[in-house]
Amino acid sequence: MTAILSVRDLEKTFGSVVAARDINLDIPPQQTVGIIGANGAGKTTFINMVTGHLRPSKGTIRFEDRDITGRPSREITRLGISRSFQVAQIFPSLTVFENMCTAAAIARGADSMLARVTKPLRSPETEQEAEAAIALFRIEAYRDTRAATLPQGVRKLLDIAMAVAAWPRLLLLDEPTSGVSIEEKFDIMDVVMTALKHRKITILFVEHDMEIVARFADRVLAFYDGTVIADGPPTAALGDAQVQAYISGTKTRTRQPADA
Amino acid sequence: MREAIGAVMFVLLALAAPFLPAWIISLATIAFANALVVLGLVILWRAGLVPFGQALYYAIGAYVVALVGRYARITDVFLLVFLGAAVAGIVAYLVGLLLARYREIFFAMLSLAVSMILYGVLVKTETLGSTDGFHVESPTIFGLSPHGRDAGLVLFWLVLVFCAVAAFLVSRYFRSVAGSLAVPVRDSEIRLEFLGISVDRLIHLKLVIAGLLAGLGGALAALAIAHVDPNMAYWTTSGGFVFVTILAGAGSVAAAFVGSFVFELLRSVAVDVMPGTWQMILGTALLLTILFLPEGIGSLFDRLRIRLEKSR
Repeated sequence: MTAILSVRDLEKTFGSVVAARDINLDIPPQQTVGIIGANGAGKTTFINMVTGHLRPSKGTIRFEDRDITGRPSREITRLGISRSFQVAQIFPSLTVFENMCTAAAIARGADSMLARVTKPLRSPETEQEAEAAIALFRIEAYRDTRAATLPQGVRKLLDIAMAVAAWPRLLLLDEPTSGVSIEEKFDIMDVVMTALKHRKITILFVEHDMEIVARFADRVLAFYDGTVIADGPPTAALGDAQVQAYISGTKTRTRQPADA
Repeated sequence: MREAIGAVMFVLLALAAPFLPAWIISLATIAFANALVVLGLVILWRAGLVPFGQALYYAIGAYVVALVGRYARITDVFLLVFLGAAVAGIVAYLVGLLLARYREIFFAMLSLAVSMILYGVLVKTETLGSTDGFHVESPTIFGLSPHGRDAGLVLFWLVLVFCAVAAFLVSRYFRSVAGSLAVPVRDSEIRLEFLGISVDRLIHLKLVIAGLLAGLGGALAALAIAHVDPNMAYWTTSGGFVFVTILAGAGSVAAAFVGSFVFELLRSVAVDVMPGTWQMILGTALLLTILFLPEGIGSLFDRLRIRLEKSR
C-alpha cells in the first residue's frame, strides 16, 4: 500500500532550539493515527509543518506522491489536507449554519477572485452541503445558534466540521477534546471518528488522554524532545518503557484498551 | 427585494428633482457623491478596518477630473468621471499591496500617512494652485453643455445614475463569496486561511473597491463644486467620511446614502444657525448617535421593521 503521507528526515530549528528532528514516517490511507507527547515535545510543530504553517528547516513532506514541503497553507488545503485547532477557529458572530455555509462556499469555489466576486455565498449547493455537514456531526440542535454562545464541545465539533468542508483526504486534529469535560470527551470523539470514517479521511490527531488514544487510534506516534520515540499499534506504543517514563507517567495511569 | 426598493427610490428622486428647490439639489448632489466614499468605507468597516486616509482617493478622483479638463481639454463628463475613478482604483491597488497586510490601528494610521503625502505634495505644488487649488472646467454631457439651473439638475441626475449603479453592484458584492467574508475576516483569519483563501487578497480587493468608489465620489464632487483644493486630501476630510460612516452605520447600502444626506443637511443647518461654532452641533450629533444609535441610522429601518412585524 502506498502512503498518503510520507515524511523524511524532517527537522525544524528556531535558532539553536531544535523543535523537531529526524522525523521519518509513512501513513497509509485511512489510517487513524494518535500523536502523543508532553508539552513542547514537537507534536504541534510537526502538524504545523505538514499543514504549511511552518516551513521545515530540513527534510521533505510528500502528500499523495507530491512534494508539499514548505508550500503555503492555503495551497496545501487545496491539495487535500485540512486541520482543526486546539482553540476552535470558528466565526463567533455567525450562526452554526452560516459558519458551515461560509466554509462550504470557500471550499467549493475556484481559487480565483473573479469567481469569488461573481458567485453568491448562499446557493442551494452550499446550503445543502452545510446541512449535510451539520447532520454528519450531529449538531442540528445548534443550527441557528450564534457560534459565540456554543458549548465548548459543540465549538470543537463545528471547528472540525468546517475543516472537513474542504473534502480533505488527510485531516490533522490538534487536541480535538481539549477544553471539553471528561464526560463529553468520548461522545465527541465517537461523533468525530464516525463522521470522518464515513468520508474515508486519513486522520492524525494529537491527544493527551491516553484512554482516548487507546480507544480510537489504529497507530500511535509518541513524540519526545522533537522526535518520534515510539511508533506502532496502541498497545505496543503505550506499553513502551520510554513512553511510560516520558509521556504517560506511571503504569497505573495508563489503562489498556480492554479496560477503557 | 431591497434592490427593487432602492431602484424605486432612485427613480422617485430623479422624478422629484425638477420640483425641489435648487439648494436641496446642490446639497443632495454633494451628499450622494460623498455617499459613494462612505459606501467604500462600509465595505472596509464590515471587515473591521477603518481607514483614516480615504480622502486620498477622493482627492485623486477630483484632481484627475480637474487636471484632465484643464490640460487635455476633455470635457465629456463620462470620460472624466471614468478616468477619476480608474486612477484612484489603480493607486488603491498599489497602496493596497502594502496596506492589505496591516490591521486595526496600524491600518488606520498607515492609510492616514499615505493620504497626507498627497496633501503635502498638493500644498507645495504651485502649478496646481497650492493651497488655493484651481477651477474645474464645466463638463459636457453627450456634447451638450447645460447652463444655470439645468446644469445643476443634469449633474444631480448623473450622480443618481452613478449612485444607483454603485449601490446595485455593492449590494451584489455583499452577497458574493468574497463580499460575505467581511465578518469572518474580523472573527478568525486563521480559519479562513486554512479553508484555502488568502485574507490579505480579500482585503486588497476591498481596498481597491473602496478606492474606486472614493475616486468616483471625488470626481463627481469636483464637478459639483467646480473647484478642487488640497483640503480634499486632508485628514479632516477622511475623518468626515468616517464620521458619516458611524452616523449611517454599516448595516446596509441604503444607509450610506441616507446618512450622507443627513450629514450634509445637518452641517448646512449648523453653519446657518451657529456660524462660528457649528462643529459643536456636529460633535453633539455624533455623540448622540454613538450613545443611542450605535449601529447608525441604518438600524432605525431595522428597528422599524421589527416593530412592524411584531404588531402584525
